Amino acid sequence: MVNTKTTLCGIELDNPVIPASGTFGYGSEFAELYDINCLGTLSMKGSTRDPRFGNPTPRIAECAGGMMNSVGLQNPGIDAVISTELPKLRKVFHKPIMANICGYSLDEYAENAAKMDKAEQVGWLEINISCPNVHCGGMSFGTVPENAAEVTRAVKAVTTKPVIMKLTPNVTDIVSIARACEEAGADGVSLINTMMGMAIDLRTRKPLLANITGGLSGPAVKPVALRMVYQVSQAVNIPVIGIGGITTAEDVLEMMLAGATAVEVGAANVADPFACKKIIDSLPAVMEKYNIQSLKDIIGGAH
Amino acid sequence: MKQGLFKILENKELAPDVHQLVLEGDTSAIRCAGQFIDIRLDGHFLRRPFSICDWTSSTLTVVYRTVGKGTAELSEYQTGKTVELLTGLGNGFDTTVSGDKPLLVAGGSGVPMMYALAKELIAEGKQVSAVLGYRTAADVFLANDIEALGVNVTITTEDGTLGIKGFVTDAMQDMDYTYFYTCGPEAMFKAVHRIAATSGQFSFEARMGCGYGACMGCTMETKNGYKRICKDGPVLVREELIW
Repeated sequence: MVNTKTTLCGIELDNPVIPASGTFGYGSEFAELYDINCLGTLSMKGSTRDPRFGNPTPRIAECAGGMMNSVGLQNPGIDAVISTELPKLRKVFHKPIMANICGYSLDEYAENAAKMDKAEQVGWLEINISCPNVHCGGMSFGTVPENAAEVTRAVKAVTTKPVIMKLTPNVTDIVSIARACEEAGADGVSLINTMMGMAIDLRTRKPLLANITGGLSGPAVKPVALRMVYQVSQAVNIPVIGIGGITTAEDVLEMMLAGATAVEVGAANVADPFACKKIIDSLPAVMEKYNIQSLKDIIGGAH
Repeated sequence: MKQGLFKILENKELAPDVHQLVLEGDTSAIRCAGQFIDIRLDGHFLRRPFSICDWTSSTLTVVYRTVGKGTAELSEYQTGKTVELLTGLGNGFDTTVSGDKPLLVAGGSGVPMMYALAKELIAEGKQVSAVLGYRTAADVFLANDIEALGVNVTITTEDGTLGIKGFVTDAMQDMDYTYFYTCGPEAMFKAVHRIAATSGQFSFEARMGCGYGACMGCTMETKNGYKRICKDGPVLVREELIW
């Protein structure tokens, strides 16, 4: 029997597979299809203080090897998430969950983190400083090391739960951002969020996405994600969650060898509702194929 | 919703750029007309959503227009090929509110789902009429099949080459109906919404990501809040539309 367990910021996961925020809703659509307790954990759709519709549609475009989205953080607001979605999720998912939080100001990040800190179901806070689809806040906090550190400090001041900073690849040096987060007290980092891209509609001769640009995800970004996880995990001493183009158990192993303690699966959930379950089900056999007894042993093995 | 493999029994052209695909597989997840399916296409990351024209316990008929690369490739798929589907997606039409004289109003690629709906309404003993709009006589498809179900069909063409010259709304003006069901392009929707004499249901098209409510890619604002076209729709009622 191989061992698929991994430990993320002091909490043990049955396996490293975590659906990424924004690709799994609040879990209920998937719980209708299979028992989602097979997941390591799940990262909920990102919450902001106020309800958000998000960006105008169309906000999805396919491209070679993946897709782009410009959803723009649609969510019912953090109070509704806590009062409505968390109790619904408790019925179908019995493990600690990861609460993803976004904000438009330092105060909002702190306010949202303080609210999620009180939610007993929440095991980790994942702080989104990397959304490319909102015009203020979001990614603007994640592209300058000092700004990323400020958000980290503001959130750490109001919670005792592990704080994981979700980083953007749309920077010249992601390592400096990760280091700034670590120095400011972050308990982990997750990377990468989507890469800014665009699509043109030949018939209208205009950008296909109503928001003009969108975030690229899917297998196309995996090499970039592997490279960044490899670089960041060598530079910091906190756990790294690897995100970007994971669709198979083999991808999980590659990401962990690059230095990830756990992984998030994003775009694959949009293409196949059973994506995470299929990855988890096939993980033991793929580990055996590559003579891996325990996943914990291979973290950073490629360094 | 169910995921399953389907075998292509037929894939033929019905009208210019319009194809009929007949598939064999488990259709038990389909509850009612107006629901849709998602087909995985070779070499494409995202699935393609299609309305359901007709189904039995083991077959499924989809009539689709080739509008882009994915549907153009699908039109080349040969009989016997296996494709992976998600079936039973979306809410579908509610026929309990139709009254005894429902009217179906459809334009272009909105026509196919009206076949399944007409079948359902006729089986419920209702007196069904339909206005089907096309650009020109050569584009007309499925009108005879819908008529053969026992539906009183009126055709409109933009150039007057068949039926009433003009748009579906030109034919709707003088009709007597208790409720309506519609699917078609947005301009048609807005015109129908403006002139319809009764309440009704609109089946929306959208560029979708997942098709099952997870990615929030196809959300629309309504009087009843934000609705995901794939999960809370594709059918919305007239009174909740903000037009």
